[in-house]
Amino acid sequence: MSLAMFVQHLLNGVTLGSLYALIAIGYTMVYGILRLINFAHSEIFMLGAYFVFWGIVLLHLPWAVAMVVAVIVVGALGVLVDRIAYRPLRDAPRISALISAIGVSFFLQNLAIVVFSAIPREVYRPDWLENAIVVGDIRVLPLTLFVPVLSFLLMMGLVFIVYKTKPGLGMRAISKDIETSYAMGVPVNRVIAITFGIGSALAAASGIMWTLRYPQLQPVMGMIPGFKAFIAAVVGGIGSIQGAVIGGIGLGLIEIMAVAVFPDLAGYRDALAFILLIGILLVKPTGLLGEKLEDKV
Amino acid sequence: MDRKTKILLNVAAAAVLSLFLWWAQESFGGYRIQILNLIAINAILALSLNLIYGFTGMFSLGHAGFMAIGAYTCSILILPETQKEMLFILVSPYSWVQAAQAPFFLAVIGGGLVAAFAGLLVGIPLLRLGDDYLGIATLGFAEIIRVLANNIPRLTNGALGFKGIPDYANIWWNFGWFIITLYCIARIINSNLGNVFMAIRDDEAAAKAMGINIFRYKLLSFTIGAFFAGVGGALLASLLTTIDPKMFLFTLTFNVLMIVVTGGLGSLTGSVLASIGITILMEWLRFVESPIFIGSFELKGIPGMRMVVFSLALLFIILFRREGLMGMREFRWDWLFGKFSKRGSANGS
Repeated sequence: MSLAMFVQHLLNGVTLGSLYALIAIGYTMVYGILRLINFAHSEIFMLGAYFVFWGIVLLHLPWAVAMVVAVIVVGALGVLVDRIAYRPLRDAPRISALISAIGVSFFLQNLAIVVFSAIPREVYRPDWLENAIVVGDIRVLPLTLFVPVLSFLLMMGLVFIVYKTKPGLGMRAISKDIETSYAMGVPVNRVIAITFGIGSALAAASGIMWTLRYPQLQPVMGMIPGFKAFIAAVVGGIGSIQGAVIGGIGLGLIEIMAVAVFPDLAGYRDALAFILLIGILLVKPTGLLGEKLEDKV
Repeated sequence: MDRKTKILLNVAAAAVLSLFLWWAQESFGGYRIQILNLIAINAILALSLNLIYGFTGMFSLGHAGFMAIGAYTCSILILPETQKEMLFILVSPYSWVQAAQAPFFLAVIGGGLVAAFAGLLVGIPLLRLGDDYLGIATLGFAEIIRVLANNIPRLTNGALGFKGIPDYANIWWNFGWFIITLYCIARIINSNLGNVFMAIRDDEAAAKAMGINIFRYKLLSFTIGAFFAGVGGALLASLLTTIDPKMFLFTLTFNVLMIVVTGGLGSLTGSVLASIGITILMEWLRFVESPIFIGSFELKGIPGMRMVVFSLALLFIILFRREGLMGMREFRWDWLFGKFSKRGSANGS
C-alpha cells in the first residue's frame, strides 16, 4: 500500500469512525444512566437524515438550516421516546425496558416505511464537499475532513456539558447511583430527558453526515450502523464517553483497513464488528475503559 | 385428579386436535391450511424461546440464527440432487453438499441437531455474560450466521438461497412436531430440571448459593432451545419451499419474541395461545398492505403498516400488561374441572 493510499484509507476510517462515535455516545450515555440498550437509537439516526431531506424538499430550507432544524427536532423526539416508552418502566425489570426499546425501534422504522416509503432516495450534497483537494499524490475529499472536524466540535460541546454544567453533574451523579441522586434532590427525570435529547441530537447529526458519505436514504439504514455503534460503545467500555469515542473511531479504522488490506474480506465486513464484540466481551467484559459493574446481591 | 386420568385427557386432547386437522384438511382452502401450518411452526419457535428466556431467564436474541442453521441443514438434506445441480449455477457445491440426502423426518432432526450444536458452541463463551450483554451478543451471533450464509456460496448458494425445496411439511408433520415440542418442554418444565431452570431465572445468586452449577444448566437450556428453534427453521424451509439469507433478519427474532412476550414469559399455554392469535392477526392484517379494489377504484396498500400495528401492540403490552396474556399461569385439567365442579355446586345449592 502506497503512502497516498494509506492516508486516504486513514481518513476514510476516521470519518466512518467519528460517525460511529457520535452514535455510540448516545448509547453509552443512556446505558450509563439507565442500564438500558436504547434500540430506538438507530431509528433516531435514520430520522435525522430523513428530516434534512424533507426540510430541503418540502420546506425549501437552506441545507445548513435544515441540518440544524433536523438535529433539534430529533433531539425533542428522543425526549418524547423516553417520556412515553421508557419512563413508565423505570421501576420495572430491566428487560421490560429493553423489550420496550425494541418495540419503539420497530415502530419508528416501520412508521418511516409507511410515511416515507421504502424506496431509497438520493440525498442533496453541497458541491464543495465533493471536489477533491489534491496534495501531491494524495487526493482528499473535503468530506473526509469536514465530518471528523464537525464531530470533534460536537464531542467537545458534549464534554463541556457533561463536565462543566449542572445537568452534566446530574448525569454523572445518576450514573453512579440513581437512588442516592433522588435523595440528594437531583431532578432525575429531567436530567434523563436531557440525556436523551443530547444523545438523540448527536445521533441525528451522525445520520445526516452519514448520508453525505453514503448518499442514500432508506428506512432501514439505521440498523447496521446502530448495532455497530453499540458494539463500539461496548468495546470502549459502556458508560464511558471517552470509551465510546475510542471504540467508535477504532471500529471505523479497523473496518476500513481490514477491507483495504484483505479485499477478500469485503463480504464479511458487517460480521467483523460482531466478532470483535464477542472477542472483547470474552476477554474484558467491561470494555477497554469501562468500570466494573458489580452484581448486587 | 390422578396421573392416569391426566394422561388420558392429554391423549384425548391430541385426538381432538388431529380430528380437527383432518377436518381442516378436507374442508379448508390452501390459504387457511397455510395459516394453520404457520401457527404450528410459530408455536414451536415461541416454546423454544420461552424455554430459554421465559423459564431460564437468558435474554437471547439469536433465534433467527438457529432457525437459519436448521433451515439450511434440512434443505440441503432434502433437496433432490437434480434440483441442487440447477440451483448452484454460479459455483459448484461441495461434493458432500451435493451428495447429502436424508428422509424428511431425519432431515428435520438433523437441522435441530446442528442448531443445537451451534447453540452449545456459542453458549460456552456467551452464557457467562449478563442479560442485555447476552442479548446483544446472541444478536451478533445471528448476524454472523446470516453473513456466513451470504458468503459461503458453495454451501448455501450465497444470496440466491435455495428454491424448490420439497414441500414435505404438511399439517401432520408440523403439528406432529408441535406436539413433540410441547410434550418435551412441558416435561422438562415440570421436572426437577425445570425447577432448576426457574430457580436460576428467579435468583441466580441464590441458585448458585444452593450449589447449582448455573453455567451447566444454562447451557443445557440454551442447547435444548436451540434444537427446537432449528426444528422450527427446518419445517419453515420446507413449508415455504424457498429460503435465502435475507429471510433470517432480526425481524424474524422480533416476531418470535413478540409472541412469547404477548403470551406471557414463563407460560407455555400463553405461548401457544399467542402463536394462534398473532399468526392469524398477522395474516389478516396483510390486507392493509396489499391494494384493495373497490369496483374499478384502487386503494393503494400501505407497506409496513402491519409491523407498525404489531410494534404498537408489543409496546402496549409491555407498558400496560407486562405479564402478557397468561402471566406465568398454565392451563391445567384440574383448573378446568375445578371450574365445572364449582359451577355445578353453585347451581346445586
